[in-house]
Amino acid sequence: MQYSQLIKEGLWTNNQAFVALLGLCPLLAVSNTLINSLGLGLATTMTLVCSNVTVSVIRKAIPNEIRLPVFVLVIASIVTAIELMMNAYFFELYKVLGIFVPLIVTNCAIIGRAESFAFRNPPHKAFLDGLFMGLGFTLALVLLGSVREILGAGTLFSGAALMFGKSAESWTVFLFEDYSGLLLAVLPPGAFIGLGLLIALKNSLDIQRKAYRKEFKEQSVDKMN
Amino acid sequence: MKSLWVTSPYLPPQNSVSKIMFKVLVALLPGIFLLALFFGWGVFVNILLAVLTALITEAIVLKLRQRPVLKSLKDLSAPLTAVLLGIAIPTVAPWWLIVLGTGFAIVIVKQLYGGLGSNLFNPAMAGYAFLLISFPQEMTAWAVPGSLNAWQFSDIIRLLFLEQLPEAITVDGITMATPLDAVKTQLAMNQESAVAVPATVERLFTQGWGWLSLGYFVGGLWLVQQRVVAWQIPLGILCALALISTGFYFYDDQSYSTPAFHLLAGATMVGAFFIATDPVTAATSPKGRFIFGFMIGALTYLIRVWGGYPDAMAFAVLLMNIAVPVIDYYTQPKVFGVRR
Repeated sequence: MQYSQLIKEGLWTNNQAFVALLGLCPLLAVSNTLINSLGLGLATTMTLVCSNVTVSVIRKAIPNEIRLPVFVLVIASIVTAIELMMNAYFFELYKVLGIFVPLIVTNCAIIGRAESFAFRNPPHKAFLDGLFMGLGFTLALVLLGSVREILGAGTLFSGAALMFGKSAESWTVFLFEDYSGLLLAVLPPGAFIGLGLLIALKNSLDIQRKAYRKEFKEQSVDKMN
Repeated sequence: MKSLWVTSPYLPPQNSVSKIMFKVLVALLPGIFLLALFFGWGVFVNILLAVLTALITEAIVLKLRQRPVLKSLKDLSAPLTAVLLGIAIPTVAPWWLIVLGTGFAIVIVKQLYGGLGSNLFNPAMAGYAFLLISFPQEMTAWAVPGSLNAWQFSDIIRLLFLEQLPEAITVDGITMATPLDAVKTQLAMNQESAVAVPATVERLFTQGWGWLSLGYFVGGLWLVQQRVVAWQIPLGILCALALISTGFYFYDDQSYSTPAFHLLAGATMVGAFFIATDPVTAATSPKGRFIFGFMIGALTYLIRVWGGYPDAMAFAVLLMNIAVPVIDYYTQPKVFGVRR
């Protein structure tokens, strides 16, 4: 598999959130602001990279019959390490994300990549796959998080200090004057509706691109004739 | 021959979709006039805005979905949703409230699920729940009955569109808690004697809510007589509410309201006859309809008494909409001559 194809699959054509619809629990629960989404997305990406590389390195030593328990053990220990690290360096963000950091263990996207890619591919490819699958997931989270934050509170980057330290306190952008907020967007139904609309948007972009390419091809064929 | 492909019944139905919707709209008239009488002209502005929004958004989505636009607009289902939502929100609410709610109801709840006949949830009630959850303050600001009667029409327009009040009048001066809301607040403040003060039936009538319910009741009875709505659903709702509230009232008449109060307060009547009976989202078998209605009544009581919101018809209807496929599955009538 080509490297460029790995990148394209992770970010777009096999986006874990928009196409595979994996990891919806954290995606829907945490995406109420941009910063929360970014925090959880990066933590998930880190987990994916580490678990993919680890699984890929030891793939020849894992007996086929018990590979799933081994994956779970690997992922669980990596998540524990990341959780402890967030507890130490991003304590405020860790408190906001709460139970969803340890719950990264149960994110099906991670075990899915271990099973379907890292177990069958060399470490450098598994690393790339983990990185871009994770970034694609982060992209989805951040998009949904920004939409919900804009609609729900009329702001962007609120709580940036949780991640980037005290100097980021002034980053919050207030997009509308006097905005009372659309509460539904912050509540769980807003996450479902928002995700549905974003997936629809992605699909319609894909359809348009396909139609455009087809037209382009036909035109070039015409020219050659 | 084309007719061979048509299965029974061979007699054409007496009610077409647009005829049904038109009859429901006519049956709503007494309620709408009483609403205007007690709570001001704003209701007509709300209904007008809602119908316009519904027609425009429906036309746009139908166009995007490449479906015949005029045919669907003519069946009057979108205006009916709009009118139901228009009478459900306060008459002093700002204009964008009804526009947002109707747009959500038509675009997301009705058309994205596939349009009339395919929508899982009752569009009007989903729109109402969307507004109630998103804008609780605007959605519970009901006018003091009769307080707007002396107003010029231009004053009402200015209130709805510019959110400007006439001089020497404050928002708190023209709005008050609904009877159901008052019960809830009293219960929260003082567990002991919650019901006695605000929750009598006489108060319901002096505040207009009782007359309003009777207006909807009369219109609803006409609909049942015309066989536009199935009688099992309203009967189930009213039975459940009456039975359960009677039980609790006799158990403790200090903290539970009377059955008459529950039947006449809030959205009980309009919900029972006009909302829960929506042919698309309600159960379809006779037995299933009664169960559907009974469960709505029971849920309404549960949420009213122990839930977070003062009234519960919208939530009860939406919750039971989810249960409709299961109800229909287990109450399918037996085919004649077939043993199961």
